[in-house]
Amino acid sequence: MTDISKEIIAPPRSFLSQDAIQLFYRLLAALLICAVLAVLSDSFLSLGNILNVLRQASLTFFIASGLTLVVLTAGLDLSVGANVALSACIAGTVIHKTGSPALGILTGLACGGIVGLLNGIMVTALRIPSFIATYGMLWVLNGLTYWYMAGETLHGFPAGFRQIGSGYLFGLPIPVYLLLVFLGIGTFFAQRTIWGQEIYAIGANPVAARLSGIPVARRLLLVYAVSGTMAGLASIIFLSRLNSAEADIGESLTLPAIAAVLIGGTSLFGGVGTVFGTFIGALILTLVLNGMNLLSVSANWQPLVTGIIVILAVWLDMKTRRRAQ
Amino acid sequence: MREAAVVAQPNPLQRIPGVAIVLVLLIALFSVIAPGFLSVANLSNVLVQSTILTMLALPMTLIIMTEGLDLSMGAVLTLTSLCVAIVSLATKSMLLGLGAGLLVGAAFGVANGWLVAILGIPPFVATLGTLGMAQGLSLIVSDGQSVVGIPHSVRDIYSATLLGVPVPIVMALVTYAAFHGLLYHTRFGTYIFALGGNREALRYAGLSPNRLLIAVYAIGGAMAGIAGLLMTARMNSGHPTAGLGLEFDAIAAVAVGGTSFERGNGWLLGTLLGVLSVGVLRNGLNLISLPSSVQVASVGVLVIVALFLDGLRSRA
Repeated sequence: MTDISKEIIAPPRSFLSQDAIQLFYRLLAALLICAVLAVLSDSFLSLGNILNVLRQASLTFFIASGLTLVVLTAGLDLSVGANVALSACIAGTVIHKTGSPALGILTGLACGGIVGLLNGIMVTALRIPSFIATYGMLWVLNGLTYWYMAGETLHGFPAGFRQIGSGYLFGLPIPVYLLLVFLGIGTFFAQRTIWGQEIYAIGANPVAARLSGIPVARRLLLVYAVSGTMAGLASIIFLSRLNSAEADIGESLTLPAIAAVLIGGTSLFGGVGTVFGTFIGALILTLVLNGMNLLSVSANWQPLVTGIIVILAVWLDMKTRRRAQ
Repeated sequence: MREAAVVAQPNPLQRIPGVAIVLVLLIALFSVIAPGFLSVANLSNVLVQSTILTMLALPMTLIIMTEGLDLSMGAVLTLTSLCVAIVSLATKSMLLGLGAGLLVGAAFGVANGWLVAILGIPPFVATLGTLGMAQGLSLIVSDGQSVVGIPHSVRDIYSATLLGVPVPIVMALVTYAAFHGLLYHTRFGTYIFALGGNREALRYAGLSPNRLLIAVYAIGGAMAGIAGLLMTARMNSGHPTAGLGLEFDAIAAVAVGGTSFERGNGWLLGTLLGVLSVGVLRNGLNLISLPSSVQVASVGVLVIVALFLDGLRSRA
């Protein structure tokens, strides 16, 4: 019974106000974590550390923002981390071979986008459930990347290119500016364009969306392609930040990205959530991991904590929605 | 489709072609292009190497039949393998090691089942979370290092034979027989069909679907514990990344084997043939000296093709 009633109710625009309350709670949580960390660790409030947190959060955010759109359609993209690794390795090779960062950036974005498009095709044309299709893609990409790199590490890129990930502008890291730009674009796209609203509608009720004339398959393709392209963008930032690329860099990126989306209040069941929420989610996750780092907890604990956070976030989301109904 | 009878009888005739053809084609292909593939030594090697996967793929079949998924299996196997190594190293007892592995595996299985059944978290996310947790715990208990120097009693399990048959194969066959009996010849097995096919009917029959679901995931965790013993014996050590990604091979075997992801019916023999298909594919690619990365990618392609065909069949 609950299933049916959930399906019939379309998402009213007034969700924004409820979302605003949820976002407020999340901001509060972020501030609370900041306060605790400021008390526990002397170095937390240093400018260097705060900029570091922002830079780190921006990396998670780039991957998670595209993923947010996928989750809004009640899908999932488990291949984002592997996509970052492959795109970074290919973009790195192109820069090495041609000496042109611009060409490398374009290749990285294109590679990510193509992978995303393939995911979209599997989900729409082949009708494979998204979490399985993208999980298969994860391993295909992993295999390709390891085969392509054959244990090698790409190292040393032009100084200009490295500025993207590690440079500063007016005292702020450049990735933070990129974060603000993409936060703006993402929010505008999701909230203020028809395509964005159609994505919400598809997530809330795909059948109703199709019956009301929304080209569901094309929007889904777009969403997966955007998610892939954002992974491509993250790969560029990653590459220029680390100044090196290896086959295994993506393995620790997927779970945090999913965690950021879920902490940010985007519902796994589709139709509910915001890109701004994902930004807050990325911030909270980065704060927690940064805090563990400052309190000299071994990095070995990070997957455990991230896993717990993922489960807690889904559980809280389900609880609040159940109460709201 | 939801109205399918509670006792959904498996219909092997429809599926024998799919996975059997895949297996025969793979064997034929590698007999031609991979010298030495058809030798007795190599074929028995394929069988022995498929045993760990069998122990994961059989419970994975049950889990997928309940319209679930367990992405944490490989990471849990890694953790249980480490537990076996650490405990058997400390106590010099293989049985205590196995007990520790079983306990940890079953605990993770119960946790998965609890998250899915009681909290209602979608299985792929719940088990993705526990995947991270098991992976993290593996790194923590091992401190990122291999655990070496484990007792002979553990190592010997992998190399010993019983009446001329390698012990891992005996274990896999016993496991298969147990799962076959459980699924097709007990009431519990019938309930598993109902969990995927018609959960409401279980409730009307006065049964608790939640408890059954937890039991199914717990079986998966416990099997990861037994497989952990084999993994430790095979590598003669515990390693914090030993089993990562094995759940994918298990899912591949189940998908190739014709168990449907959406309709609550499964076929254990198909899964066994699926395991052999994955084993033959990896072994054959290995023989023509393609690196394991290519093997991983081709298993990925295998899964996507199998799921695509499954989707076609369900619409036909």
